[in-house]
Amino acid sequence: MKKTTKNAEGSAEKRSSLFRNGGSSGDAGSAGKSGEGQSTRRVSGFTGLSALFRKEMADQLRSRRFLILLILIGATSFASFYGAISELSESTSDYLFLELYTSSGSSIPSFMSFIALLGPIVGLALGFDAINSERQSNTLNRLVAQPIYRDSIIIGKFLAGTAVIATVIFTIGIAAGAVGVLVTGLTPTGEEALRIFFFLIFTVVYIAFWLALAILFSTICRHSATSALITIALWIFFSIFMSLLAQIIAGAVYPINTYYGQMFNQVKYYTLKLNLNRISPYYLYSEAVSTILNPSVRAVNVVTTSQLVGAISSYLSLGQSLLLVWPHLVGMIAEMIVAFGCSYIGFMRQEIRAN
Amino acid sequence: MADKSAKENKKNNSADAAVKENGANAENADVAVKENGANAEKKDNAAGTKIEKRTAAKGEVVIKTEHLTKRYGKKVAVNDLSLTIKKGEVFGLLGPNGAGKTTTILMLLGLTEPSGGTATIEGMNCTRDPLGVKSIVGYLPDNAGFYGDMTGRQNLRFTGRLNGLEGQELEERIETLLKRVDIEYAGDQKVGTYSRGMRQRLGVADVLMKDPEIIIMDEPTLGIDPEGMRKLLILIRELAEEDGRTILISSHQLQQVQQICDRVGIFIEGSLIVQGTLKELEEHIRKEGSYLLELSVEPLDDQLLGMLYQQDGVKKIEKEGDKFMITSKKDIRPTLTRFLGENGYTVYHLHQRGGDLDEIYRVYFEKAGQADERSSYEKNNKKRRRFGGKKKQPVS
Repeated sequence: MKKTTKNAEGSAEKRSSLFRNGGSSGDAGSAGKSGEGQSTRRVSGFTGLSALFRKEMADQLRSRRFLILLILIGATSFASFYGAISELSESTSDYLFLELYTSSGSSIPSFMSFIALLGPIVGLALGFDAINSERQSNTLNRLVAQPIYRDSIIIGKFLAGTAVIATVIFTIGIAAGAVGVLVTGLTPTGEEALRIFFFLIFTVVYIAFWLALAILFSTICRHSATSALITIALWIFFSIFMSLLAQIIAGAVYPINTYYGQMFNQVKYYTLKLNLNRISPYYLYSEAVSTILNPSVRAVNVVTTSQLVGAISSYLSLGQSLLLVWPHLVGMIAEMIVAFGCSYIGFMRQEIRAN
Repeated sequence: MADKSAKENKKNNSADAAVKENGANAENADVAVKENGANAEKKDNAAGTKIEKRTAAKGEVVIKTEHLTKRYGKKVAVNDLSLTIKKGEVFGLLGPNGAGKTTTILMLLGLTEPSGGTATIEGMNCTRDPLGVKSIVGYLPDNAGFYGDMTGRQNLRFTGRLNGLEGQELEERIETLLKRVDIEYAGDQKVGTYSRGMRQRLGVADVLMKDPEIIIMDEPTLGIDPEGMRKLLILIRELAEEDGRTILISSHQLQQVQQICDRVGIFIEGSLIVQGTLKELEEHIRKEGSYLLELSVEPLDDQLLGMLYQQDGVKKIEKEGDKFMITSKKDIRPTLTRFLGENGYTVYHLHQRGGDLDEIYRVYFEKAGQADERSSYEKNNKKRRRFGGKKKQPVS
């Protein structure tokens, strides 16, 4: 349509050479009022999503923030491996290679607990300014004026963040294992390798939850400093204070400080405490991965001595271990979806203004 | 010296006048349309039906709002706006800050849901089909932001990809657009290092990435130096005349916008007070019977004053410096100039006020103020003062 309104031949030439190439020019130009014509011009939602995904991915990977995170996680992982290797000779487990990930030595926490504690930082750092930095720099209103679905902005950010997390976690997990192989001469069995693989999957889901949480607050808060602070506060709360809180609440509901209390309430107390703790994704994750990486863990709930009578003392197979922590994975995914869902709704309902 | 009305007669000779004179601009646009017509016909014969469809589209209404209303709580941001914008037109949406211009634009883009009424762009409902609208409408927001740690090229590439461009086509378009907005030299610099003017030009390039049929610009001239502004305005005019794009500009800077607009709408407190070409607005004011003539002649004697008072419809004569300000009910220029010529006066300055937007704006502001006195008398006062500061002083 616009071609017809060019007034000078010169400019017409200029423009057609400028913009359009051959056939597509005709199609696009003739779009006019006809519905099917317009759809040729229309960009599919996936185009926008993939462009956003690529851009976010490139942004994250190129950023200094990412480098710092990589160094932080890498350094702590290798420190924990160092500790684990020094303790390895004491171990009596049949799954020696897994011990590299789970055992702590020389007062350095294990790889597993390091990731449980520091993993959230990765998610938070990748997501705490996802939306509000765009808003602050006035790029969001330009972005929403493009022919893309609005949700592809936030989905693109979340997917790109998750992809970065998966890359980091698998890289570090596998690299650490490789170092273990080189230093100790141990080789993982097939089951051990699978267990490590599932451990890494759980880790990705766990960190993706934190990413979703960070994105949620980046949608709600205007300033990225606020959202960073809130997410860090939540991280500290879940990792440190949640267990204290659970203990206090459980103690208040089912007191066990008297003899009678102990007699009647003990199981209830421990169950309640456990369930409260399990609200925290930190606890959920720790419980799940220690079950996966440690085949000698036979139960995750409170078990009485009478229930243990007659149990065969042996390792659980991988399938059985996974069966134990299946609810944990579902729980973490649910928490992640709730966090992301809230940020999604928040973002979609928000008014995009220029200021 | 260069009296406006005199200039109007000579407008075709003077290139300068074409830029400065709004009247002339309207005429230019007319010419452009005619040429377009001819051009299109030629192509029509050559290339058949496809183009026929496009020819039919020329001059049609592309943006249409009907009783568009937006309320934020009790505050009415946009009130019953009915607006039509035709293809290839440069439409200026003028009004003070907070008049609802940005809200209107956001509704046109489907970024905000109207509380009432409808907006359609090329037959597509802006609320229901925002994706379709956004694929043919380029939007340059007020203070457009870019990713500061990406280069200009990378920013454009990203926008291009969002619009489904890839590969060679994408790169070519980036190059031509950088050239067109004249920041090719800075294409590989990070946008964080750009000046405001450069960012604005990058913004124009960014809008053009999708090759839009309609361009909506929100306060495009804000915070740019005069030279940058001049270039930007020329560029905007080109986009309409050479490319045939429809352009909607929102602004509170009258001087700049009146240079390039075919039609303007004056928007105050959420209501469109008036719309039309500058000439129409001018006529409209004249019909209301307020002509203001500036006159400076030598000698300034009683004979002249007497003659002026005898004129039919003269209401008031004031002396302002060495100029007479004559308020009248009708145009007294024809009789006046004859009289002055016959009696050997030397005319230094003769200027009918009302031709520029400031005057139009002032008049409509006053009207709006009268109509809505109780609610916003003070506000209007403030606005008047604000615009008064920028009033063009006639050159004598």
